[in-house]
Amino acid sequence: MKLSRRDFFGAAGVGAAGVVALGAGGIASSRAAAPADQGTTTASGAVEFHGAHQAGITTPAQDRLHFVAFDVITDDRAALVRMLQQWTQAARRMTRGQDAGPVGAVAGGDYAPPDDTGEAMGLPPAGLTLTIGFGPTLFTAADGTDRFGIADRRPDALVPLPAFPGDELVPAISDGDLCIQACADDPQVAVHAVRNLARIGQGLVGVRWSQLGFGRTSSTTSDQATPRNLFGFKDGTDNLKAEQTATLDRFVWVDDPGSWMHGGSYLVSRRIRMLVEVWDRQGLRDQEQTIGRTKGTGAPLGQQAEFDPVDLSALPATSHVSLAHPTNAGTAILRRGYSFVDGSDGLGRLDAGLFFLCYQADPATGFVQVQRNLRTDKLNEYVQHTSSALFACPPGLAGEDDWWGSGLFG
Amino acid sequence: MRTRRTPLVAAGAATLTVLAACGGGSGSGTDAAGDASDDIAVTASDSACDVDASSLAAGTHQFTVTNTGSSVTEFYVYAEGDRIMGEVENIAPGVARSLLVELPAGEYQTACKPGMTGDGIRNALTVTGESAQLSDDEQLQAAVTDYLRYVGSQVTALQEQTQAFADAVKAGDVAQAQALYPEARKYYERIEPVAESLGDLDPRIDARENDVAEGDTWTGFHVLERDLWATGDLSQAGPVADQLVADVGDLVTQVQGIKLQPLDLANGALELLDEIASSKVTGEEERYSHTDLWDFQANLDGSQAAVQALRPAVAEADPDLATALDSAFAATQAELAQYADGDGFVLYTALTPEQVQGLSDSLNALAAQVSQVPAAVAG
Repeated sequence: MKLSRRDFFGAAGVGAAGVVALGAGGIASSRAAAPADQGTTTASGAVEFHGAHQAGITTPAQDRLHFVAFDVITDDRAALVRMLQQWTQAARRMTRGQDAGPVGAVAGGDYAPPDDTGEAMGLPPAGLTLTIGFGPTLFTAADGTDRFGIADRRPDALVPLPAFPGDELVPAISDGDLCIQACADDPQVAVHAVRNLARIGQGLVGVRWSQLGFGRTSSTTSDQATPRNLFGFKDGTDNLKAEQTATLDRFVWVDDPGSWMHGGSYLVSRRIRMLVEVWDRQGLRDQEQTIGRTKGTGAPLGQQAEFDPVDLSALPATSHVSLAHPTNAGTAILRRGYSFVDGSDGLGRLDAGLFFLCYQADPATGFVQVQRNLRTDKLNEYVQHTSSALFACPPGLAGEDDWWGSGLFG
Repeated sequence: MRTRRTPLVAAGAATLTVLAACGGGSGSGTDAAGDASDDIAVTASDSACDVDASSLAAGTHQFTVTNTGSSVTEFYVYAEGDRIMGEVENIAPGVARSLLVELPAGEYQTACKPGMTGDGIRNALTVTGESAQLSDDEQLQAAVTDYLRYVGSQVTALQEQTQAFADAVKAGDVAQAQALYPEARKYYERIEPVAESLGDLDPRIDARENDVAEGDTWTGFHVLERDLWATGDLSQAGPVADQLVADVGDLVTQVQGIKLQPLDLANGALELLDEIASSKVTGEEERYSHTDLWDFQANLDGSQAAVQALRPAVAEADPDLATALDSAFAATQAELAQYADGDGFVLYTALTPEQVQGLSDSLNALAAQVSQVPAAVAG
């Protein structure tokens, strides 16, 4: 009384089931037409998955974010490696606008769960990038155990961030063994990607926390307009840009030939709650003095246009731009944050803010140095950091056979 | 109880019937193969399980289990991967019960479970002789037969335990009724997908207050749960208890003629795990008694029984999956066993969020494996 799970193929007229089962056909699995011009982003295009560096860092910042941190719940190194390889395959496919698995959302047998969840059917690649990072606890668990035999491969730079004054961190939405940053111009494409990776990892990883972001707050290339954050100000005017390759080499990419992190970058995430109701009661002049830029054009105070050089003497010494500016901070980071609104806080206020993401070659001389310099920032009155995490993002993948973690575990 | 899945029983199912035990002292593992020529004595005490044979010829055998201990016990015959070949539940102290089981050649284990928990006291049992190689279809048919035998034994125990529970409720013995409540329910929770396939029996027996449509009367276990734990008022409970006994009686009758497909077993196994994920690991099922971990164990047992019945077919289609299933069930069982307390479990409310997380993680890992069983069985 064996049942045929191939009835679908007969009905659909796809014919020889074995061909699709072997993954040879893109017919059943391709969600949308492949992009003609890889390596660039268009409204619906695909971003190249492979390269010297991971995509999703200097890639022109997409409009939407779904960020997720995972706890690895297995102690089985081989199982973790297999999952990372499966993740890589799925990520490679999804960034091309294909289903997560070779069979697809609806082309498989009647009795097996589909290898794609289906909500992205008919949607273009939408500039999807998937960027992976490894947290400190992957190398040495919280209880000190070296679960995967990689404790001695933990880079010196990958140590938990120090506490900063004013932190209101919630442990349950901080840290994590692994992270995936999914960015796309369509939120459904980003969510689909995260969901499918979580599905593939079932039993091996559990979602520790996740964050949606709906509007980019930084531009990462010169031809992108500077967006505004929820304070209403342009954010990221002086951000590092993809075109500044020498600066990126100095501040963003790890330069450590022979190490598995060579060409990678460290990612700091901070969920920064903005007390927008309080902010909205402040006068315009006070808001501008707090930030250090005009609210309209985004010009530094005392200047005319957004990209005019910052004249520090014209800014209050405790304004945000003054303290965060590379001249005063003595360093630079690549910011890639997103605005969020996570409902309300039960006190009649929006739970809104900035999910701050930044990339740097070394957190100690990157985010930590900048954040320490913000100790007297006037903006602190209006923000609370509620989540914090640090991840080591390995370099990009060399080709079709390469996989996330090949340098670390291989 | 749940309502969102389609019924377990598919049209055109194999014509196999449950041959449930017919009350009295006879075993619940009656088998269609007929009489056995021998009678193997099993003496089950609180600390030993003496089986009067360690090797047998292939064929049908009768075991007569006498409980000489002080706690209620169970007796199982397991094949590889703890696949249940036959079992007797609920053998009270001083009682003897018999079990008929058909054993092809192979390596088996017998187990007594004093207190009805844990892995039990195991003994090896070798069966030798001619043993026909089953065809794929025969193998799957055997799986259905095995599973139906399990269902039969569970509903028999359910009927006995529900009667005892109802008697305690009607006698106004709150302490005894509270003790019997999770014990009776476990036999239901083990076979819930089967009950769900039988008309409105599941809502009658297992509805929670918010499951009941406006204008309908709320009946079943959870009404009594509320009376026993939340209100402490049993004055209206008698008719509810009587109705519960009648509904369980209906279930026993209807199960006799049930027909199942191999795929029903696979889907049922997954449904039971989904039940745990949606209502037990969240503490929603037993909102007054907080005995959710008893249900967790019972759903897990029921899921494992269905998967074990299919194990030979799974092992042939996908040996790695069969092994992965064994270890995933063992891992979840070990995770849950941390919270065993006496013959039962700690209350759900005693668990920390981290402990709930651990249970949930382990359950998700198991469900990911079990979700592959239907396709493996369908071939």
